Amino acid sequence: MSGKVAISLAVNGETIEALVAPRTTLADFLRQDIQLTGTHTGCEMGVCGACLVLLDDRPVHACLMFAVQADGCAVETIEGLTHRRAIDDLQKEFHERNALQCGFCTPGMLVSAYGILASGDEPDRDGIRDALSGNYCRCTGYESIVDAIETTARQRRQHMEEEKA
Amino acid sequence: MKARAFDYMRPKCVQEALEAFVSADGDASYIAGGQSLVPALALRLQAPGLLIDIARLDELRGLSLAGGHLRIGATTRHCEILGSNLVREHAPLLAKAAPFVAHPAIRNKGTFGGSLALADPASEFPAMALALDAIIEIASVEGSRRVGAGDFFIDLYETALQPGEIVTAVYVPLATAKTRTAFDELARRRGDYAIVGAGIDAQMQGGFVERMRIAFLSVGSTPVRVRAVEAALTGRQLTPEAIRQAQDVLGTELDPVGDEHTPPEMRRHLARVLLGRLLGRLEASR
Repeated sequence: MSGKVAISLAVNGETIEALVAPRTTLADFLRQDIQLTGTHTGCEMGVCGACLVLLDDRPVHACLMFAVQADGCAVETIEGLTHRRAIDDLQKEFHERNALQCGFCTPGMLVSAYGILASGDEPDRDGIRDALSGNYCRCTGYESIVDAIETTARQRRQHMEEEKA
Repeated sequence: MKARAFDYMRPKCVQEALEAFVSADGDASYIAGGQSLVPALALRLQAPGLLIDIARLDELRGLSLAGGHLRIGATTRHCEILGSNLVREHAPLLAKAAPFVAHPAIRNKGTFGGSLALADPASEFPAMALALDAIIEIASVEGSRRVGAGDFFIDLYETALQPGEIVTAVYVPLATAKTRTAFDELARRRGDYAIVGAGIDAQMQGGFVERMRIAFLSVGSTPVRVRAVEAALTGRQLTPEAIRQAQDVLGTELDPVGDEHTPPEMRRHLARVLLGRLLGRLEASR
């Protein structure tokens, strides 16, 4: 019983073949098997949001699925989003207003923010807070995080309007 | 904590999944979205020897119209319910409740059938299945059967599902031109479990209630229909007086549970407040 299982998945665009124990969560697999430690493990029960990754381009908790379930899927972590420069503007706005203190929650916040902005809509502050309701930050009080996302959303819309004009 | 070691299999069809459960002598769990199961495994509240992954079975997927019902495949994710035009048009109550289900990342993975099978009394969709008088389709090695939502929720996390059975689909009666619905809940923070929540599915004609079903969540060990309130409103217009009377009936009919934050009296009070709000805006919204 409980032998390892062969899986093949894309992580940040790279195909990874691995043998995993079925009980290994995707979060532990990313952190320990392939050393992508930007995905943080906090509560490990789907409450804090520090472990969010993109699974087939939608934010999910990497602690709430086993790596075997991601077989054949495309996973993108905070490292992948950073390297393909998909969140440069978000990161800049977070940095500019210090929308973090200890930074533990930040990868999850950025993955959530990516999800919020991916729809192309410009969310209001209530909408942003609602969408961040599954991300805990124990340092900032959230205001600056909401500011950063709101500002990025506005800038992206302005950028799109300028491109159209 | 981490889950106890287990074996994992991904069957190719529902029949294979059902047989795997039997072969494991019941020492198995089905997993689809896993948004409640994985924490339960991590906390070792459950420790099955085998996980049977049914998330990718085509038979369990999809939203479609079928014979006067909206068929919701069991592994339809909450985010799909939220984004579906079919749901908005034919089951507007579900569309209204969907934004209240957990957080966005959970909605991206959690499934409709899984929510019903778990039957958390604080969850939105089990209560809405009750309000909509939905039919739950269940598969076992013996074959398929259908159970009305009214007979499905038995007690805390206890449903009509027998060990080894799988919810395969849920059938929701289609909304009509007369349909009026409302949903809301009171929670300390958005995305948290509600202190109390409720949904109403009604048929109204010329301002009069022809038929009404009201289901509450977070008030007891199961989702709760309040039939005395429904009866008190049937045949009437939703005047301020009728709403007040309905709130009074609710105050005697509802026998809510208490917890460390919310004594039963407070929950009863909040349920009355919520009912008043929902009835006040019911007629205006399909």
